[in-house]
Amino acid sequence: MANIISKYKGKIPRPLIEELEKLAKVNKLTDNQIKKALAKLEEKYKYSLIQPGEAIGIVTAESFGEPGTQMTLRTFHFAGVAEMNITLGLPRLIEIFDARKEPSTPVMNIHLNSPYNKNEKHLEKIIARIKEITVKDVLLEISINILRSHIELVPNKSRMKDLGVSEEELTKRIKEDFKTVEIENKDNTYFISFKNKEGTLPSLFILKEKIKAARIKGIKKISEVIPKKENNEIVCIASGSSLKDVYAIEEVNFAKTTSNNLFETANLLGIEAARQLIINEASQVINEQGLDIDIRHIMFISDLMTNKGKVMGITRSGITNEKESVLARASFETPIKHLINASLTGEIDRLSSVVENVMINQPIPVGTGLPGLIAKTKKEKKKK
Amino acid sequence: MTDVYLDEKYIGTCENAKQVTSSIIEERRKQKIPLELNINFNPEYNELSIHTCPGRVRRPLIIVEKGEPLLTEEHFEKLRNNEIKWQDLIDQGIIEYLDANEEENSLVALRPKDLTKEHTHLEVNPISILGFITSLVPYANFGQSSRLNRGSKTQKQALGLYTSNYLIRMDTDINILQYPQVPLVRSFMHDIVKYDKHPSGQNVTIALLSYDGFNMEDALIINKGSVERGFARSYYFRPYNAQEIRYQGGLVDEVGIPDKEVKAYRSEEDYKLLEDDGIVYPEAQIREDDVIIGKSSPPRFLGEMEEFSIAANTRRESSVAIKRGEKGVVDFVVITENAEGNKLIQVRLRDLRIPEAGDKFASRYGQKGVIGRIIPQADMPFTASGIVPDLIFSPHSIPSRMTISHLIEVIGGKVGALAGRFIDGTTFSAESEPDLRKSLKTLGFREDGTEKMYNGITGEEFEAKIFVGNMYYLKLKYMVANKMHARATGKIQLLTRQPIEGRSMGGGLRLGEMEKDCLVAHGASLLLKERFDSDTVKVPICQKSGLISYYDARKNKLMSPIHGEDSDISYVEMSYAFKLLLDELKSLGIYPKLKMEDKF
Repeated sequence: MANIISKYKGKIPRPLIEELEKLAKVNKLTDNQIKKALAKLEEKYKYSLIQPGEAIGIVTAESFGEPGTQMTLRTFHFAGVAEMNITLGLPRLIEIFDARKEPSTPVMNIHLNSPYNKNEKHLEKIIARIKEITVKDVLLEISINILRSHIELVPNKSRMKDLGVSEEELTKRIKEDFKTVEIENKDNTYFISFKNKEGTLPSLFILKEKIKAARIKGIKKISEVIPKKENNEIVCIASGSSLKDVYAIEEVNFAKTTSNNLFETANLLGIEAARQLIINEASQVINEQGLDIDIRHIMFISDLMTNKGKVMGITRSGITNEKESVLARASFETPIKHLINASLTGEIDRLSSVVENVMINQPIPVGTGLPGLIAKTKKEKKKK
Repeated sequence: MTDVYLDEKYIGTCENAKQVTSSIIEERRKQKIPLELNINFNPEYNELSIHTCPGRVRRPLIIVEKGEPLLTEEHFEKLRNNEIKWQDLIDQGIIEYLDANEEENSLVALRPKDLTKEHTHLEVNPISILGFITSLVPYANFGQSSRLNRGSKTQKQALGLYTSNYLIRMDTDINILQYPQVPLVRSFMHDIVKYDKHPSGQNVTIALLSYDGFNMEDALIINKGSVERGFARSYYFRPYNAQEIRYQGGLVDEVGIPDKEVKAYRSEEDYKLLEDDGIVYPEAQIREDDVIIGKSSPPRFLGEMEEFSIAANTRRESSVAIKRGEKGVVDFVVITENAEGNKLIQVRLRDLRIPEAGDKFASRYGQKGVIGRIIPQADMPFTASGIVPDLIFSPHSIPSRMTISHLIEVIGGKVGALAGRFIDGTTFSAESEPDLRKSLKTLGFREDGTEKMYNGITGEEFEAKIFVGNMYYLKLKYMVANKMHARATGKIQLLTRQPIEGRSMGGGLRLGEMEKDCLVAHGASLLLKERFDSDTVKVPICQKSGLISYYDARKNKLMSPIHGEDSDISYVEMSYAFKLLLDELKSLGIYPKLKMEDKF
């Protein structure tokens, strides 16, 4: 049996062969039957391949364009229990395909390692390590005393207890971040003043704002972490994206943890991860809207955006810029820029693609316009 | 302290603004202050604003005191006996007009039964929450509000007798329905606006039925017999006019059959409809491009003419011809003067519009559709008693739109037609549906309005009972005759050599970017090329320089712009738009060099 199957290796995709092998064992097929099945499989597989000349680019574009018109323009999805909105629908799809540097709502799906992902006991501590806590979060009151030229800070003790921040941590953080200030504690109030100089009102004001924004613990820019049950497993959804810092936490299962930031993913995990992320994110948006676009169209776009080793959006500075033909580039936004640059370097347009041929009104090299007849002319024959 | 504003101008302050407001209102009701004054106290901004200026929209309300309306049965009795009038009620301080601002301070009850002690006013009639046209829709409270919106919009597009002196008017683009009828199911607003004097629809018998699929997607099936009996026939009027304009130098346009010497003279054949005065005779049959007013104008550039031209006095032909795609009969000819004293000729064209497939119709509930097919009366379904509907309406139009009022009108219309009376369908105070059902039963019909019907083509009985009744239908102003358009070849644009746009000029229908994408997606390469062949040209190209060559008439030769005669020129087929692009590139200082090779 293995002998027969090995003949087809490379002709049919491996998963198909493996499945056939499995089925053959279950059903106890004879060698002859396997042979027949493989022949049939090959025929079916070849039939389902895209045929030469099929205009897959346009078909993909239309497959996105038509359902795109039905999409609700502005939809927010509330993930899980608490309030956290994630851009979805058409705005998100545009964001993905334009390959924006920062998503408008960066989100991480943080999966946890084995003992922690079932037990809610440790959850609070893990979240506390991820979620950014600033001085502002634990304040009851902060004010400037102009007469004594210092800042008065009253911490909210119950809130600090909830967030797991001790008063030592708070003072330590302020001392470390602001080397030029002194802190005194009197009756549950902290008095902050400059060590060597008298604080003017503007400088005190700036200091006050800086202190408010100072991070006590957690990861930068992660404003919210919400736990959620997903397939009997606890998953944390964090608004804000910083994969590198999250991967450093030992309870986090970094193999499963993802972010929706394309560039961060591409830089940290490589271009293949970014490719998969585009596919996942785009199909999530489409499924969310109740639309049905074949996954192969999404994969095709994703391939197009990543096949140069970096993430490129479908914009004039992205993949359109990579087109070989001058006319094709000029026909999509900023034509004069492209034409002038092309003329400076003396570019040649070989008129080998669709757009150019539509422009000069010649048969397009797609579908019935693709195949040509190769015949030897009389001249060539004579030469020989 | 409250700021006081009179007509948006600050005039001072007052204390205890609430009391001031109520006392001013009281004085107004006693007619000590003009009735046109309205007052509003806004506690949020602590402002008291008084308005007396014109242009505010005000509406009448019945004044309520201690939960009791001031308008009593006594007044009704007097009103009935014509002892008092509306104005008397206003004078007596029973009814007052509020503007939008004063309304903010009052609590208005919709019906007498809703009245509480807090209420300050009572609505004269609950229908006043609707607009004027919307209140013409019967049973509006049984329909969906968005459909009601659409329904009142469609009423504005209905053809009817918009004015009774239309025969001596010269309005542009006017339609007149030939046999307008008064609706059987009506609201009292019809009486108030004297709808009977200018009706705009017809009462028809309709059946809710799918019939051979010709009424799918909101289409309607129409009985040809009804059309022949005059259902939804209309006239379309359009005036054409010509003026004898005076120009500088004492030159004047001249209405009359143009001389043969005139520039751009058409042909004798073209002027055959004109009488001696150069104007068509009434009741002449006119077709596309026919001349109806013959006219000639003086030469355009007078100075040049005298110096160089031999035929110094050549006048231009400037006759008025019928627009493309229009036809009709000359209805009315007026010869008069305009404000400047120039001779003015107006010719009104009349066209009979018999309903045809594609004409738009609507009921009064936003249920609009076009004619899908006109079926001979013999093939129409009929009831057991031999009634043949004028119109077949698809039942699929009902559930998703929830226009229950449409269904109630069918029953109402049926009762009205059978009993020979009008049905009051005024919103909120209509003759109730159970009552209609009851009277339908006493008239000897099934109370749900359905009847046994037979297929008009096979003669078989339908399995289901069919909902049949009468309702008021409107023919809307959108007719196929005004929209139909096709073109093979015709006028092109000067710059791009592509077909021009627009139906009135005989333009083409654009195959746009997205349509192009469809052809590409199908791989129909040569079909795509053929569709874009409208501006195809063969351009001679110099192979050496790659530029478009020119024709030297003296040498009778094609010349390369760079190499002159010393070049190898061959023709290349391309779209004219591309040739234009090459020229534009040249104007940009870019040298677009075409490198050519043999295709085979």
